[in-house]
Amino acid sequence: MAKASTGTLYRGNEGMWSWVAHRVTGVGIFFFLLVHVLDTALVRVSPEAYNAVIGTYKTPVMAFGEIALVAAIAFHAFNGLRVILVDFSKSGPKNQKKLFWGVMVVWLIIMIAFIPRQLMHTFGG
Amino acid sequence: MSTTSIPAPRTGYSRHKSTRSKFEMFAWLFMRISGVVLVILIFGHLFVNLWVGDGVQAIDFGFVAGKWANPFWQIWDLLMLWLAMLHGTNGLRTIIMDYSEKPGTRMSLQVILYIASVIVIVLGTLVIFTFDPCPAGADPSVLAEFCKA
Ligand code: HEM
Ligand code: HEM
Repeated sequence: MAKASTGTLYRGNEGMWSWVAHRVTGVGIFFFLLVHVLDTALVRVSPEAYNAVIGTYKTPVMAFGEIALVAAIAFHAFNGLRVILVDFSKSGPKNQKKLFWGVMVVWLIIMIAFIPRQLMHTFGG
Repeated sequence: MSTTSIPAPRTGYSRHKSTRSKFEMFAWLFMRISGVVLVILIFGHLFVNLWVGDGVQAIDFGFVAGKWANPFWQIWDLLMLWLAMLHGTNGLRTIIMDYSEKPGTRMSLQVILYIASVIVIVLGTLVIFTFDPCPAGADPSVLAEFCKA
């Protein structure tokens, strides 16, 4: 029996936590999408109804919600690509930890680029 | 001397029936193919709607009219809607199978999930194709510039 400290592909460490985060972000994005399609459907009710609801997306509170959404998508997307590489590439399983840190670097770059941009849109400047 | 009989290897176990099936193999593959396509579709969507110009501040009825007057963005959104919903629904199916222990709970959660997904996919598809960028009788001040021509 391998001990946890021996390190397995999935138990503990990067392999497990990335899986937990992948699951949590996946569920979160799914529920966002249900609401998002419903609010977009208001374009068929009237231009005023759509504008009223989309107006609430432009407030500072929602601006942070949008940052959280982009953070979730960016993680799920790039970690998903990592899972695909681990499954299909010959050297994928051997490099899964390095790939995980690669995902974190790409995620960080996207957030560093997006957050100031979003704050500029929201607070002007 | 009596001969001892050694049972053939691997007898005496009653293993769980294999859950491999064509459907599960297809679902596994679909998660990966749809994932790769969704990276392009969703980042494209977020780039145009959140990054370019004034970002989310610029979104209103006229903005949506401008996009959906173009079949390119209609097809883009249609693909994104179907792929993201099928990918997310199958992902939630996996999660329900993992955590629900009673067959009754598992069944009811799946039924709720599938009903919700079908409603959203049908509604979203209808919205894209029945959308009128310049509805008659609407206040011109909330419509896109091209409606005035
Ligand atoms: C805060 C970020 C987001 C904003 C501001 C936003 C905005 C919009 C807008 C204005 C539309 C109308 C049509 C268009 O512009 O193409 C739309 C439609 C759509 N969006 Fe988003 N979106 C966001 C995030 C997302 C995400 C993360 C997804 C995918 C998971 C997504 C999926 C869709 C789909 C499928 C449609 C078509 C809806 C329909 O068929 O009725 N959006 N979005
Ligand atoms: C941006 C592009 C995306 C990529 C590259 C991607 C990739 C993946 C992959 C490869 C899996 C399978 C993981 C496995 O079998 O272990 C997965 C699972 C999942 N995805 Fe995505 N996905 C994307 C977008 C989305 C969206 C938009 C949603 C929500 C509507 C979503 C929700 C889920 C859920 C709920 C799971 C199941 C998680 C689990 O079983 O732990 N994904 N994703």
